[in-house]
Amino acid sequence: MSDLNKLGLAEARDLQRKGETTSVELTESCLKAIDAADALNAFVHKTPEIALERAKAADARIKGGDAPAMCGLPIGVKDLFCTKGVDSQAASRILEGFKPEYESTVSQQLQDAGAVMLGKLNMDEFAMGSSNETSVYGNAVSPWRRDGSEAELTPGGSSGGSASAVAADLCLAATGTDTGGSIRQPAAFTGTVGIKPTYGRCSRWGVVAFASSLDQAGPMTKSVRDASIMLEAMCGHDAKDSTSAELAVPNFEAMLTGDIKGKKIGIPKEYRMDGMPGEIEQLWADGAAMLKDAGAEIVDISLPHTKYALPAYYVIAPAEASSNLARYDGVRYGHRATLDAGDGITEMYEKTRAEGFGPEVQRRVMVGTYVLSAGFYDAYYNRARRVRTLIKKDFEDVFAAGIDAILTPATPSAAFGLGEMTEADPVQMYLNDVFTVTVNLAGLPGISVPAGLDKQGLPLGLQLIGKPWEEGDLLNTAYALENAAGFVAKPGQWW
Amino acid sequence: MSIDQSTAAKVAKLARIKVEDDALPALAEEFNNILGFIEQLNEVDVDGVEPMTSVTPQRLKRREDVVTDGDQQPKVLKNAPDAREGFFAVPKVVE
Repeated sequence: MSDLNKLGLAEARDLQRKGETTSVELTESCLKAIDAADALNAFVHKTPEIALERAKAADARIKGGDAPAMCGLPIGVKDLFCTKGVDSQAASRILEGFKPEYESTVSQQLQDAGAVMLGKLNMDEFAMGSSNETSVYGNAVSPWRRDGSEAELTPGGSSGGSASAVAADLCLAATGTDTGGSIRQPAAFTGTVGIKPTYGRCSRWGVVAFASSLDQAGPMTKSVRDASIMLEAMCGHDAKDSTSAELAVPNFEAMLTGDIKGKKIGIPKEYRMDGMPGEIEQLWADGAAMLKDAGAEIVDISLPHTKYALPAYYVIAPAEASSNLARYDGVRYGHRATLDAGDGITEMYEKTRAEGFGPEVQRRVMVGTYVLSAGFYDAYYNRARRVRTLIKKDFEDVFAAGIDAILTPATPSAAFGLGEMTEADPVQMYLNDVFTVTVNLAGLPGISVPAGLDKQGLPLGLQLIGKPWEEGDLLNTAYALENAAGFVAKPGQWW
Repeated sequence: MSIDQSTAAKVAKLARIKVEDDALPALAEEFNNILGFIEQLNEVDVDGVEPMTSVTPQRLKRREDVVTDGDQQPKVLKNAPDAREGFFAVPKVVE
């Protein structure tokens, strides 16, 4: 069988179990695709030996009739996850050469579920970025191109390598993380599915921290069914993360009935932004019509504090980052600057961090340091946390009024060209997160589903936002949307 | 609130990031852009609103204050840029 790398998780799983393919065959097919796709710069640390070893073990388990949910399925892992003995550097120079002595809980759970790790995936440095242009490894490139153009496009960020790899069929699925939209925006840019679960669903242990009150891991896949399979394997209580929820994880795949009759879908008026492209507006209206046709009730709702989500995020996330990234001091791991004669420990810290952090990370650490500094803590940080309370209350109010899920665009535009935003001020780049960041601030689950192409032939995504802990219901609504949208486009292979 | 070069230098110092003097004007301007964007938060009436401490309504879990892990010195030191005789080594701290 050829092109096994083009399969999704569910199809590959079913073929393996019928004895029509093996994990070694699937893995070799992906490894071959990865080696032919260096132009995408998606896989930045390849681990073919580990992959083949795990694939062989998976085949033995399948043969023995002991196959867990993801047995033998080859996946990519975002570089933000610590993986034992394998480079894990959050796309930062400051963690150059860092090989953890431990495995993150999420990647361990995937391994326990039989998944085969193909390697580590490119991303924005410390997950700070929306275009994968802040990576020490260089840009990840989208497999998508505008019709008739050879300009390289962003796969989005921060999980840009994950999105590129899944869209280009270098792996069956990949892990991502999402602090302000870093799973959902790249999924939307690449015609893939990405879900960020409720805060506390996935353990953060062993995932390099960016903003701890917002960070969540999640899967990036080729279909909603695949997302439900992989999310289930990633979720669950972990005593090593004090914010991990002690809740049972349902069988998400079994909840995919496609039946959404009577569900109330909210359309928030505040997400209708000035200057939003007509195509996005149309896509959103089409999505609402599809859900209505499937039997849902469409309800106009208001989330009045939406406008303040992005500025609140750009206080809270840098503040937490400045605190989390204080650990990179050149003492315990990673890069240490070469010191001049007479340099003391302060010079070591300052030179190490100036050399080790890229410009965007430095900017955010310093903004965070400023908003937490004496005299400004109340004016910025505490005010932002109060606004966050109000943003969460907006959602609580609409859910209390009977809304089951909320439909919004995933991004304010299709993917832009690499380098096109270089001259823009940082705030322009931050606007990419305008529809996704509210979900992190409120701790809710959100999923991006590919819903159409723009007039240049680029994918566009719609976002569904669900109630806390109700990922199963959210996935089912996403499944109904996916079925109705019938998105099947794939990028033409140029790489 | 406008940030001048000396404030930018102070923030860089607090963040322990070396910024050359000639980079300070551009840095101060970037801070001002970002803070200008953040200023919108002043439009929100937050009287009587509690600052969020936890997005999920759960209390942080507690456990007995006992040692649960340890004796992993070689693993802890494995990735250190400079480890000597079982310690992390740094430039002289005390004169």
